[in-house]
Amino acid sequence: MNIITSLLPVAAVGISLIGAIFIILANRRPNLRESVTLLIAVGKFLLVLSMLPTVLAGGGFVFTLAELIPGVPFQLRVDAMGMFFALVASFLWICTSIYSIGYMRALQEHDQTRYYASFAVAISATIGVAFSANLLTLYLFYEMLSLSTYPLVTHERNAEARVSGRKYLTYILGTSIGFALPAMLIVYAIAGTLDFTSGGILSDTGVAPGTVALLLILFVAGFAKAGIMPFHGWLPAAMVAPTPVSSFLHGVAVVKVGVFSILRVIFDILGPDLLRSLDLGMALTYFVSITILAASLIALTQDNLKRRLAYSTIGQLSYMILGAGMLTASGMTGGVLHIAMHAFGKITLFFCAGAIYVASHKKYISEMDGLGRQMPITFGAFALGAMSIIGLPPLGGFISKWYLAVGALQADQMPLLLVLLTSSLLNAAYFLPIVYRAFFAAAPAATTETGIREAPLLCLLPLSVTAICSLALFFYPNVFLRLVEMAIAP
Amino acid sequence: MTSNLPLYVLAAPLLAAFVVNLAGRVWRGSVAVLSLGALLFSTISALLVLQQVLAHGTIRYTVGGWRAPWGIELVIDPLSALMLVLIAVVALLATFSALASARQELPGREHLFFTLYLILISGLFGLAVTGDAFNLYVMLEITSITTYCLIAMGKGRAPLASFNYVIMGTIGACFYLLGVGYLYMLTGSLNMADIQSILPGMYGSISVATAFAFLMVGVWIKMAFLPLHGWLPNAYSLAPSSTSVLIAPLMTKISVFLMIRIIFSIFSPDYAFFQHVGVQHLIVWAAALAILIASGLALAQTDLKRMLSYIIVAEVGYMVGGVWLANTAAMTGAILHIVNDALMTLCLFLAASAIVYRLGDSKLASMQGLYRRMPLTMAAFTIGAFSMIGVPPTAGFFSKWYLILGGIEAGPWAWVYVAALLISSLVNAILFFRIIEIAYFQGGGEHGHGAAMPRQEACAWQLSPLLLSAVALLAIGLAAGPLVEHLIIPALPAGF
Repeated sequence: MNIITSLLPVAAVGISLIGAIFIILANRRPNLRESVTLLIAVGKFLLVLSMLPTVLAGGGFVFTLAELIPGVPFQLRVDAMGMFFALVASFLWICTSIYSIGYMRALQEHDQTRYYASFAVAISATIGVAFSANLLTLYLFYEMLSLSTYPLVTHERNAEARVSGRKYLTYILGTSIGFALPAMLIVYAIAGTLDFTSGGILSDTGVAPGTVALLLILFVAGFAKAGIMPFHGWLPAAMVAPTPVSSFLHGVAVVKVGVFSILRVIFDILGPDLLRSLDLGMALTYFVSITILAASLIALTQDNLKRRLAYSTIGQLSYMILGAGMLTASGMTGGVLHIAMHAFGKITLFFCAGAIYVASHKKYISEMDGLGRQMPITFGAFALGAMSIIGLPPLGGFISKWYLAVGALQADQMPLLLVLLTSSLLNAAYFLPIVYRAFFAAAPAATTETGIREAPLLCLLPLSVTAICSLALFFYPNVFLRLVEMAIAP
Repeated sequence: MTSNLPLYVLAAPLLAAFVVNLAGRVWRGSVAVLSLGALLFSTISALLVLQQVLAHGTIRYTVGGWRAPWGIELVIDPLSALMLVLIAVVALLATFSALASARQELPGREHLFFTLYLILISGLFGLAVTGDAFNLYVMLEITSITTYCLIAMGKGRAPLASFNYVIMGTIGACFYLLGVGYLYMLTGSLNMADIQSILPGMYGSISVATAFAFLMVGVWIKMAFLPLHGWLPNAYSLAPSSTSVLIAPLMTKISVFLMIRIIFSIFSPDYAFFQHVGVQHLIVWAAALAILIASGLALAQTDLKRMLSYIIVAEVGYMVGGVWLANTAAMTGAILHIVNDALMTLCLFLAASAIVYRLGDSKLASMQGLYRRMPLTMAAFTIGAFSMIGVPPTAGFFSKWYLILGGIEAGPWAWVYVAALLISSLVNAILFFRIIEIAYFQGGGEHGHGAAMPRQEACAWQLSPLLLSAVALLAIGLAAGPLVEHLIIPALPAGF
């Protein structure tokens, strides 16, 4: 494998950090400010894309920024797994940026400069997590993401936002300092390094089984962004944020950074072999099964569309951990692949929720009867996104769920297969009624007169693109599949 | 020529103090020129001293040519040199802000204020370099007495707080002096190196243990190691801003340094840590308790400066625990934390000072909407806060890293200390996010659409050192690796 020392990963991470400064400078000129946002979004995606061929060819990029602690540099490294996540995140950021412009302008939101600047910092942190070469670097970007998203979550600056912001930080910052930090230090004290190494860094250290179990618990609890119960409460609360924030951060970036961090720990710190030998992977799968089922059940009861989506996200995130915890080739493939498939599906759904709000100021599912006939594109996209999350062909979600099911069979774990199937049914139960009501239920008399139309073009375009991508991923998953295979290859 | 360098560091502010007193009466502008000039001179000299010490090893300087053990000896080992630089840099930055605050708080008395202020800095330099146990007492009194006066210059209950401090400080000094007395009786010497060479034969003696205990309690009172902290919160929060920006970052940290000096230069680590079974563990546990209690007390405060004062008390627990864990990682952490904590405290107190300058008080409730009103001040404050919480890549994260690592390496008995550090980080997160929340959300005007408060930054004299200290926190964090390797590791006392 040829690893190239290059500034490319630094540029990919740093472009939006520098961009944030320009966004702040362009405070009084909205058009210029939004141009900067779009420019850095496209620039970032192209930078990530430019590294793809090398990574697909089995190579990688590395750059050391500083020496922090003996054996633990501040280092960026691009490998298949990081590339996979960065590709998804940076592409969806372009869609989100376009969508943000449509959404924020349509609602004439306040403090847009702060919004765009925080967003730019957050995406830097997200790509930073993807390209981290060791656990400390990852932790650094993880915290940066937590802190930079606080102004976004509390954007409304009312009492509800204040409470939600508090909850958000308590869960996310509290667990990372309270659990992930000591876990990281224990690993460092045992192994003397924190580098992500395929197969893990603890396998040859003769570490006690009890310690490994403790570390796994600390890491899973410490990366609360993954929303595993009982550390999921922040996600529904964070729905108070403007919808583009919910879409991108709480559908893609923040939550998947949590999952990504846990997967990194399982694959490259603790090591699949070590976990398998202690049966800890299976213990983890059963633990997250509770989250999968419970979150889906709670989602059924939510009338607020965004909250229903949030609970759906909590359930789907645990799919990814479930797949990784199986520690079989198919299970791990499905788990990692679901990061991308769920991202495209869920962001579509959130975009739709926002578009509905922009067009009609409706937040509750019970108010949406007949709305689909007035907003056919939005609800059409919604249907596609929902089908992808449920795992129906011909949408991307089917592929990852297929791998997960095969993984459960390979691991000879019928109960897990049952969990997957039950959850899919539940997913259908909480999504399909929305689509049905929008298209087929009789509209309340009042709405026909108000003349609700589709949301602005800048909102419609991104959600159509992501919905089509969900569809396309069923037919062309090859690039992602190849990256995932490279990532989990021992 | 370079041989007198260590004395220049110390002498510049001392001489300037007297000139300021006279010249300041005639021309008020001279106060700023002289103070800053003297401290700049000290800073440059201190940097040169550090460079020399790192290149050629410990400097032993005999004052006035009187040979040790009779004369007073200055011993500048790498750690002392590091302390010299730290004191000089912090004092220089603080002085910019103090000049602005003093103009507002003590109009017409700046020359008196800065006379004491400069003598205090000179005393701090003295503490860092002296190699004589009795001379250390003298320096300790110089810094204490000037501090009493500087605190008493504040408004309201400040004289009372100062009086309280006089009593506690004097008791502390007495303890220290008694300890030195014991050592003099036992060894007939006051020179640290001399005492250290004579003592080992008597390590079994109960008198040596008594002397050690007196010295320790003496410095613990001076550093406000809980439960001996009672004087600190009032003294630091009621003092004028111009005083607190200097004493808050430096006084407790220099006392921690003195503790290290006593343990390593008068006694030996073997004696201090391991001679008396159980004492080491007890002190680390006491440090853990100090961290927890002080953090809890900080939660109860409604005034920024008081809250920061309690955080200082908690941080003292970090460092005492780190030193007494007695392993390389923890000692690295403790010394790195002396540096980092001095800078974090400086950053936060400079911010507090700027806020007081504009708002008139430092009550948390009056900080509403401050992100709009003083965006740069609050940006720097936020970085200082992150450093206190221990968010990478700010400096505070890395010292905490080494301290916790030391705790893990020390074994299961030190887990209490590790837990205390983590809990204290969480409490700090709560403390600072409470403030950030108040300052971020606007009072009154719900939903943020309301008319923005006018932007009203602190003056450049306060803002520039504040921003510099915030940048320093980030820079030190990112340069933690080389810094530890080239400065902290060489500064670790011999035997580690």
